[in-house]
Amino acid sequence: MEVNEKIAVDHGLKPDEYKKICDLLKRVPNLTELGIFSAMWNEHCSYKSSRLHLKKLNTRGKKVIQGPGENAGVIDIGDDDAIVFKIESHNHPSFIEPYQGAATGVGGIMRDVFTMGARPIANLNSIHFGSTQHKKTKNLLRGVVKGIGGYGNCIGVPTIGGQTCFDQSYNGNILVNAMTLGLVNKNKIFYSKAAGINKPVIYVGSKTGRDGIHGASMASAIFDDKIEEKKPTVQVGDPFTEKLLLEACLELMSDKSIIAIQDMGAAGLTSSSIEMASKGNLGIELHLDKVPCREEKMTPYEIMLSESQERMLIVLENGKEDSAKKIFDKWNLDFAVIGKTTNSKNIELYFEKEKVANVPIKFLANEAPMYDRPWKKTKLPQKIKFSNNELKKLKFNDVIKKMISHPNICSKQWIWEQYDHTVMGDTIQKPGGDAGVVRVHGTNKAVASSVDSSASYCYAHPFTGGKQVVCEAWRNLVSVGAEPIAITNCLNFGNPEKKENMGEFVECIDGINEASKYLNFPVVSGNVSFYNETKDKGIKPTPTIGGVGLIKDYKNLMTMKFKSKENLVLVIGKTEGNLDQSIFANVILDEKKGPPPEINLFNEKNNGETVLKLIKEKLPLSVHDVSLGGIMIGALKMCIVGNMGIKFYKFKNLTNIYQYFFSEDQGRYIIEVEKNNLKKVESILKKNSVHFDLLGETTDKEIIINDEPTFTVDKVTEFYKGWLYKYMS
Amino acid sequence: MNSSVIIFPGSNCDRDMDVALKKFGFKNKMVWHDDNELPKSDLIVLPGGFSYGDYLRCGSIAGKSKIIQSVINFANSGGLVLGICNGFQILTETGLLKGVLQQNKNIEFICKNIFVKVNSSENKFFENINKDILELHIAHNEGNFFCTEDELKSLEDNNQIAAYYCSSDGKIDDKSNPNGAIKNIAGIFNEKKNILGMMPHPERMIDQSLSGEDGSIFFENLLKNF
Repeated sequence: MEVNEKIAVDHGLKPDEYKKICDLLKRVPNLTELGIFSAMWNEHCSYKSSRLHLKKLNTRGKKVIQGPGENAGVIDIGDDDAIVFKIESHNHPSFIEPYQGAATGVGGIMRDVFTMGARPIANLNSIHFGSTQHKKTKNLLRGVVKGIGGYGNCIGVPTIGGQTCFDQSYNGNILVNAMTLGLVNKNKIFYSKAAGINKPVIYVGSKTGRDGIHGASMASAIFDDKIEEKKPTVQVGDPFTEKLLLEACLELMSDKSIIAIQDMGAAGLTSSSIEMASKGNLGIELHLDKVPCREEKMTPYEIMLSESQERMLIVLENGKEDSAKKIFDKWNLDFAVIGKTTNSKNIELYFEKEKVANVPIKFLANEAPMYDRPWKKTKLPQKIKFSNNELKKLKFNDVIKKMISHPNICSKQWIWEQYDHTVMGDTIQKPGGDAGVVRVHGTNKAVASSVDSSASYCYAHPFTGGKQVVCEAWRNLVSVGAEPIAITNCLNFGNPEKKENMGEFVECIDGINEASKYLNFPVVSGNVSFYNETKDKGIKPTPTIGGVGLIKDYKNLMTMKFKSKENLVLVIGKTEGNLDQSIFANVILDEKKGPPPEINLFNEKNNGETVLKLIKEKLPLSVHDVSLGGIMIGALKMCIVGNMGIKFYKFKNLTNIYQYFFSEDQGRYIIEVEKNNLKKVESILKKNSVHFDLLGETTDKEIIINDEPTFTVDKVTEFYKGWLYKYMS
Repeated sequence: MNSSVIIFPGSNCDRDMDVALKKFGFKNKMVWHDDNELPKSDLIVLPGGFSYGDYLRCGSIAGKSKIIQSVINFANSGGLVLGICNGFQILTETGLLKGVLQQNKNIEFICKNIFVKVNSSENKFFENINKDILELHIAHNEGNFFCTEDELKSLEDNNQIAAYYCSSDGKIDDKSNPNGAIKNIAGIFNEKKNILGMMPHPERMIDQSLSGEDGSIFFENLLKNF
């Protein structure tokens, strides 16, 4: 087939990009070459719209061993232990085929982590669905949860946390972001940079089929009515093979045979081979008839673009082929020498003795387009004046019931009970807390992790929203007593070719960056997902932040459950009473305008560090950060998991009960302390200039407001836990 | 006491079981499914996981693997065999235990703490156990035990039902049945009671920092009985 502009456009390339390809090559590419260009120059692989802005991110820190640019980021947690982690999106495939889309998302991110020599020790996920009223939501939710569980459970890696949101902006474009943490000895990390010429290039894992051809292009396309036709581009996952691949790779990594290793993720064999060669400034020669295929008569084009799962590409030391093959034979996996590294600096492909492609690698990697797309700044919305008269009409108990059972607040137990969260025997904080926590096997250390997003805040004001998400991740780690170390980000946005969407992206990044720098909470890995829109309607900007922190002695883990009655409950941080963009304003008053809560990074850092000091002194019995739904929801959750009640003291500083209880002012925590420890706590807080209020005291079962009993904890638990089960039944 | 844990491709609770056995003083060895012979053992454990991806039917391919004949011989000669979760499924597939494990009634994977009531203590596993209601943990998609009426009768008559799912205060009812298992059965023995298969994971309950500690009671008691 003769390649022309139309074929190039069908491959997702723009006419001027096609022209650039012809200019670079000084000829028209053949179809295989065009396929390779289209995959490598695609948004998903080239980051052409985002690269310019991602460069700004704060990626350095004393504990950062590897920042962005590798398969995953790596941080130092002491004693030669390192944590490898990353979050990645699998949004488009999950909307088309929720089970396989979500499953292969989990599989892909785990491969990124064990490619670096780390054994995965925990999975998390952030999933966003359309309105609960939308006809597709239930099935998508069911399918995605089954897919995530189906893959993670089979591999035997615990899913320790996550986040689920519903918002109509995701009606036609759900988000599935999967995160994995792995543990590695910091002196035994494997990278994707090839080195040396004439080194054998090895293909291991599953056989190659026609599934997922052009998956990466699909991921960067906008959905239209014909979306169902895209089903064949969704990959099919086989967690069993991945488990074998994991064990085989870790076994091979225990000696010194591997020079470079790269998983075949987006754009399969194309991107993995080009990336390894490009990083090593080498050429690579592949003989495609040696690639193990599971379907007949596959063409070079198909072999290069297949996104069949559970495959790896390895550059091996010479002479290690036989010993390596033995390991893969033992695990019953394919192993084939398919080529070698060269000094040509080109990718050269052969098929049935014929040269079928020859392209300089720098054209595919370094010369990939990079755009400075036009973008528009979002103005800070005006503050809303909430009418006291309207607030007076509300019935407080009805508001509590509606809030605690709201889809975005209620318990997600229906979801996480379908995930194996205890396998590997080190989960010390299960899902349902502020952060999931696993022990570092065989040590006293533990690693905490949480994922967060705040699309409503980011939509209202991307810069503030970007800062807020980072702070939220930081706070969640602090709440379990972990020292926050670093983050990974999954940047889910609409169409970068629209200046509003591009503006949201740019300003969210600026916000993320500012908070990340201030909190010394660097970004070590991440992923960008653009074109999250259907029929011209984009999603709310949704940067998802995965945070990781360390607890030096796992016995000092802090939890959010109230421990015993007649203890004091304090709110750390100042309550200003801002209701704008709160879930209360949105759900109860149907008010969706207004600015998100302000972020004061000084207070954020100071409050968090002071809470960590209190935890170190063993003063709080429980800690929980204040987020969606404000103090009331925060305190009720502590009641629910502790199966206890609370008597709220009369509040002094604000006139309005709703502002006091439901504002989402930032940088706040609720803590429980014994009465006779109040003085000590007070003195530490004062010494560090941290504002606090006495909120109330714990009771046996009753929740008492203004001296009047409202609900018992059992009733509130029913509201909190019941909603999702009812919805899904 | 020497124990051996068998690793099948796709086993994923093999390490957890190894950790638990060693913690309570067993001398444990890991055995690869493709080996011909078992090391000298007093106890063979088939661990949880997804052997062979649970493809075809849970446990069925593992039930035909090379090492299984040695396990069958070992069991027939009276050796102790413990199958947890996928291990239980494998034991039913080999015919060493009766019944089958169907998909959970709610057709969803379930991971949570549950309670079981120990039913039979005339055996090495539960003899002299100092607590008859244990809080354990389940994590499975196919734990819904089923057998024919005749089989059920003989299991009951021979006191072969090891444990029932129950409430925290020992009530055996529908509400405390997590997966739809017939008569709330969580685990069973063979006739000689040297083979135990059960869905709950005692190895995930061996530390107060984890889901609980009742698994420790199980292992300590097992060691003591030897």
